[in-house]
Amino acid sequence: MSETLHDFTVEVPLWRPRVRPIDLAEATPDQLDALKVTPSNTKVSDYVLVLANDVETLKARTPLFNAIMYNRGGLGRSGRELGAVGASVVNRCIYCAAVHASRYNQLTKTEDHMREVFAQGEAATLPSREAAIYDFAVKLSKTPSEATEADMQALRDAGLNDEEILDLVLSAALFGWANRLMHLLGDPVARQAEEA
Amino acid sequence: MEADTLNDDDVVLREAGIPADSPVQAALSGRADILAMTQKAHDAALTPAEPGGLSHALRAALAVRAARLHGEASLAAHYASLMAEAGAEGDVAALAEPATKDFADRRLAAFAAYTDLASLAPKDATEADIAALKAAGIGDADIVRLAELTAFLAYQFRVVAGLKLMQATA
Repeated sequence: MSETLHDFTVEVPLWRPRVRPIDLAEATPDQLDALKVTPSNTKVSDYVLVLANDVETLKARTPLFNAIMYNRGGLGRSGRELGAVGASVVNRCIYCAAVHASRYNQLTKTEDHMREVFAQGEAATLPSREAAIYDFAVKLSKTPSEATEADMQALRDAGLNDEEILDLVLSAALFGWANRLMHLLGDPVARQAEEA
Repeated sequence: MEADTLNDDDVVLREAGIPADSPVQAALSGRADILAMTQKAHDAALTPAEPGGLSHALRAALAVRAARLHGEASLAAHYASLMAEAGAEGDVAALAEPATKDFADRRLAAFAAYTDLASLAPKDATEADIAALKAAGIGDADIVRLAELTAFLAYQFRVVAGLKLMQATA
């Protein structure tokens, strides 16, 4: 069995569940509907098969996740990904951080920001707009939230309008949810070791 | 299922208390679908049709506990009202108080310990924390239900906290 990863990486790892994924052969109609399983689409990740143990919440969460991350207007995709990364750094969700850092790199066509984030963690120093977004996401992700009116004002001073700030609040908060599933219900493991 | 108008009865909107003439309200209207889906997720996590081994009363009590750990007094009051509706009593009702960690029923002790970990320090979670739930007799499906409940709450509390900051600086 390959080793659990403990360091941040942009190489998306595999995910090894700590609880039993549902068996597709025994899935209820409700579960199949939530998983969008059809005769031509039977590939479902272990992560989603684990979440199908609570099908009512999964059905509510999937469209909500997609709307927060991909709805049109408001904050651009890279800003939402940066919010997701800020939460994932605080919650040390190696898997979530890898997925969303790599998307951020693709969207922004730079690797500098994520290199700094992974090296310095919560204390990362970024250009002013990115810093306002990242620092807010980090502070909102603490328990209780450490985000202040000054952090919110920094977003406004960086030029974000209410629509954009709302999208950042939603994406950072959403990863308070996603991190607590991904990081608590399974382990990130190196890809090549599993596939060898 | 997509809503294009806000429902003032949604928990997040009620607790954030954004005035109708606020610019924040205008931004929220543009994301009415997300607010409606957030309320559906609240209902799925707190009052599901098939609650499994986590009764509505137990879910509401853990939600009060999590809200208090997050310093969210008004949301704690909301979940306390759900507790009352669900008829929470005895040791289940005692879960609402974060200072109470010892329970005769080891399942309740495990639910409390997991809620504290997931709320305060999810980064510190390890395989041993999930093993502790299993050792207390909590099955895989109930572990996922517990994880979704505490994770949803972490999301909801932060949305409300963020909206309040937006309003304070509007």
